Amino acid sequence: MFENLLTDISLILPEVIVSVTLLLLVLVDLIFNKDKSIIPFVGLIGLFFALYFAINGLNINSTAFVVSAANNDYGLLTIDSFGSYFKVIILITSILIILFAKNSLEIKNVSERSGEFYTLIFGMILGMMFMISASDLIMIYLSVELLSLSSYVLAGFTKLRDRDTEASLKYLVYGAASSGIMLFGISIIYGLTGNTNLFIINDVFKSTSINVLAYTFSIILIFTGIGFKISAVPFHFWTPDVYEGAPISVTAFLSVASKAAGFALLIRFFKTTFLLKEVSGSWILLEGFDWQSFLIIISILTMTLGNFAALWQDNVKRMLAYSSIAHAGYMLLGIAVLSDQGLLAVMIYFLVYLLMNIGAFYIVMVISNQINSENLNDYNKLGYASPFLGVSLTVFLISLTGLPPTAGFISKLYIFISLIDANMIFVAVIAVLNSVVSLYYYIRILKHMFINESENEVPQLKVAANEIVFILILLVPTLVLGIYFSPLVDFAQNCLAILVN
Amino acid sequence: MNGIPILSLITFLPVIGMILILFMPSKMAREIKITSLIITFLQIILAAILLSNFNYSAGGIYEASSFQFVEKFQWIKITGLSWIGTVKVDYFLGADGISLPMLLLTALVSFIAVISSWSINKSVKGFFALFLLLDTGMMGVFVALDFFLFYVFWELMLLPMYFLIGIWGGPRKEYAAIKFFIYTLFGSVFMLLVMIALYFSASETLADGTTVFTFNLLTLMDPTNYTTNGILSPLNPNNYRLAAYIALFVGFAIKIPMFPFHTWLPDAHVEAPTPISVILAGVLLKMGTYGILRISFPIFPEITKDLSYYIALFGVINIIYGALVALAQKDFKKLIAYSSVSHMGYVLLGMASMSTTGITGAIFQMFNHGTITAMLFLIVGVIYDRAHTRDINSFGGLANKMPVYTFFVTIAFFAAIGLPSLSGFISEALVFVGAFGVEEIRVLTMIGTLGILLGAAYMLWTLQRIFFGEFNKKWDDVLTDITFREYAMFIPLTIIIVFLGIYPSAMLDIMNASVNSLVEFLAKNAQGFTLSGM
Repeated sequence: MFENLLTDISLILPEVIVSVTLLLLVLVDLIFNKDKSIIPFVGLIGLFFALYFAINGLNINSTAFVVSAANNDYGLLTIDSFGSYFKVIILITSILIILFAKNSLEIKNVSERSGEFYTLIFGMILGMMFMISASDLIMIYLSVELLSLSSYVLAGFTKLRDRDTEASLKYLVYGAASSGIMLFGISIIYGLTGNTNLFIINDVFKSTSINVLAYTFSIILIFTGIGFKISAVPFHFWTPDVYEGAPISVTAFLSVASKAAGFALLIRFFKTTFLLKEVSGSWILLEGFDWQSFLIIISILTMTLGNFAALWQDNVKRMLAYSSIAHAGYMLLGIAVLSDQGLLAVMIYFLVYLLMNIGAFYIVMVISNQINSENLNDYNKLGYASPFLGVSLTVFLISLTGLPPTAGFISKLYIFISLIDANMIFVAVIAVLNSVVSLYYYIRILKHMFINESENEVPQLKVAANEIVFILILLVPTLVLGIYFSPLVDFAQNCLAILVN
Repeated sequence: MNGIPILSLITFLPVIGMILILFMPSKMAREIKITSLIITFLQIILAAILLSNFNYSAGGIYEASSFQFVEKFQWIKITGLSWIGTVKVDYFLGADGISLPMLLLTALVSFIAVISSWSINKSVKGFFALFLLLDTGMMGVFVALDFFLFYVFWELMLLPMYFLIGIWGGPRKEYAAIKFFIYTLFGSVFMLLVMIALYFSASETLADGTTVFTFNLLTLMDPTNYTTNGILSPLNPNNYRLAAYIALFVGFAIKIPMFPFHTWLPDAHVEAPTPISVILAGVLLKMGTYGILRISFPIFPEITKDLSYYIALFGVINIIYGALVALAQKDFKKLIAYSSVSHMGYVLLGMASMSTTGITGAIFQMFNHGTITAMLFLIVGVIYDRAHTRDINSFGGLANKMPVYTFFVTIAFFAAIGLPSLSGFISEALVFVGAFGVEEIRVLTMIGTLGILLGAAYMLWTLQRIFFGEFNKKWDDVLTDITFREYAMFIPLTIIIVFLGIYPSAMLDIMNASVNSLVEFLAKNAQGFTLSGM
């Protein structure tokens, strides 16, 4: 069936390593019955190897697992620098999250089940990596399901509080519905074109005239499935509950990695399937569906709703959940520009978002470990209890707002640059006004930490050395890339290539 | 001054101080204060070196070659794919006759504000670290000649200011701090969009022959650098220059603050601790008018000309409205805050005249307002420290109790009113003479002169209510005359106010060449831009 199996496998070495590590974790879990502390290390080693091969593969542009029965060269997976870039992001995030979970009290409390925890995390990683490369509708569906099933369980993993279970159930119900809808859309596209491969579908769309109604309908159905993963409005309802209910490490993972995979899938699906031609970096799409207006409306709704809903939150995790919805809105704008300029902005945004969002969640976790609360009112005066945490959180939040001299400013700057370059000035105005709104709730956290008076005695905060190191690893690039952003942009620019027809 | 990056030094010296302070234990409050004092004093010395090496005949404004103390090197260069092009940002600093007075003012006011901060006892380390960061932001804004750099410095000030008001402020500090932050950010995000749009509208040719987009302010001023289809290019018939001008202007107007964007100012001033009020009134407000002169005017000369009537109109509204509201205040600090709104109106009026006299008056007024209002806020601070109230009506007859204090207050009040032989008189006179010479805004100018009358009214009335009449026995124990530290704040400011009142040329000569070249440039290009835009 697959003719060049060995070559194909060599192309997906990172995925292979992640799969092997997943199996190893199950074994290690069985063998080291008493002391489970070795498990995360095994996972880390696997991830570092996978990361090494992913970085090595940054320049490869090829397609893998060609089904030879078809009269073409298009495979189930597409390996290109765009995909490898996102794989690098996912793997870096995963490494950070494993270090994150190792320090999290929530996970330590259920350490006898840590084998399950890390196995599920690896299930998610594998799903995401296949999502990024998938260029076949069946492959897309399978990888989305692999990711989803693992994350449903992880969302309610600790089973300590009712809301965890509620979050998990809510996630499952919404997720099942949306992937069902997506499958329906996939079947319509298959009915229209007679194939599941994105490249061939693209060929068919180009060469034959398609029923516009069915075409539009199927696009919207598939977008529902992907929109659920990136929590775009109106498919975002699960996000605040799940983010609030899940363990913080899982929340951070969902908000960065799962979203990155969703975006990569959306971009690839969209560019491979609907591209007519590319003229000096801007994408000319097939007629029949006004993608640009559609994406602009979705993204404006997403960022506005995310930002305004965040204003009223008193739970920091829930606030960050809404903030992550808002950020998805900004990133969608980068896609709505329909050009490589916009794509570049999205890619830069994700790398920066990884740093600042995990940083913010990590500090919330460190605080939550000690005061056992994520409520804003319990944050009063905490900035004085540990100035290091206070100042670091300030930097991350300022970066999330998008103020210089932080990396968050650069990522927003590139989004605005791509908007103005495409003459979408009205949209740019809405986006900047949204930044102003977002300042209010980010600064509210700082207000509680530094300004508000505390009614109770301010608890002591101890920050362990490894926690300081972890925070610095995220903090230093957040500041340095804000002042000197050439390496960031250069790296993203070199990985822009998406393999298309 | 060859080879010494003096502008970088004066800008980043406070950051060095901040890092030093961060490494000092919080217990060493006194040492932290002394470090800050030394740092700001070094800044004054550097400013004096700048002044003594300044070439009075070099114009600056639009000509890179006539800027002084220039430091320019490539900060960021990203060679992109063909359709993105090369992104280039320069680290480009320079001073001319418009920025030097502001640099002197910033150095001076920062130093005075550190002396005034001596009474801060709450989280001393944090206060001075943030204060010095703020100082860097202010200096940076006045020396940056690259829009990107300017914007970074501009935003850099927001966070320290938020905390300085929010943590060390009065009862409604949280409200005042967030209001300040949101207002200013609201203005500056539009500035960001205009900056990006300008970037895509003009290009610069590098030494190796490649053409790149640029944030360089001087390149953006030259109409020949614009591309034919840039959205802010005068060559493009469907350009957005008017909208961009207004957006940029609003960004600056919020900082001035211009009516109707002024509502954050009274709140911020009333809640801020004295040294921060001093910085706010002394330096921060000037950034708005400085930005208009440095960026809006030369980059959009034709629109400036078209809208100059409205700029003057808002200036006059500021003058009259600020004065009327000040007249109604019972809170001493709020009164000074509104008088500040009124006085910034003169700056707008002077700039709107687009004449040498008017713009000279405007810049001089910026400097004088910086020194006089700083002194006024220090005066409020003195009485508030002792009596813990700012209610004007609860005082009276202080002249006998605090004669020295009364002496300084009288000088500052008279300078604010514009009494001849004090600095405020010269700048206000120049503004009115300049504005009166322009036909279209002559009527507005005449209305604006009412502001002087109103100013005299609220100032003298306040003087009378606080210093004359019957002494309120309640204050018998607390109200003592000023201390050594307060002398140290008042004397330098008084000397400058009196000196510049008697010998204004010391300051006017600095700006003369630059103002001339700005006015010439405006006159020439207001025409040139419109024609090529047709």
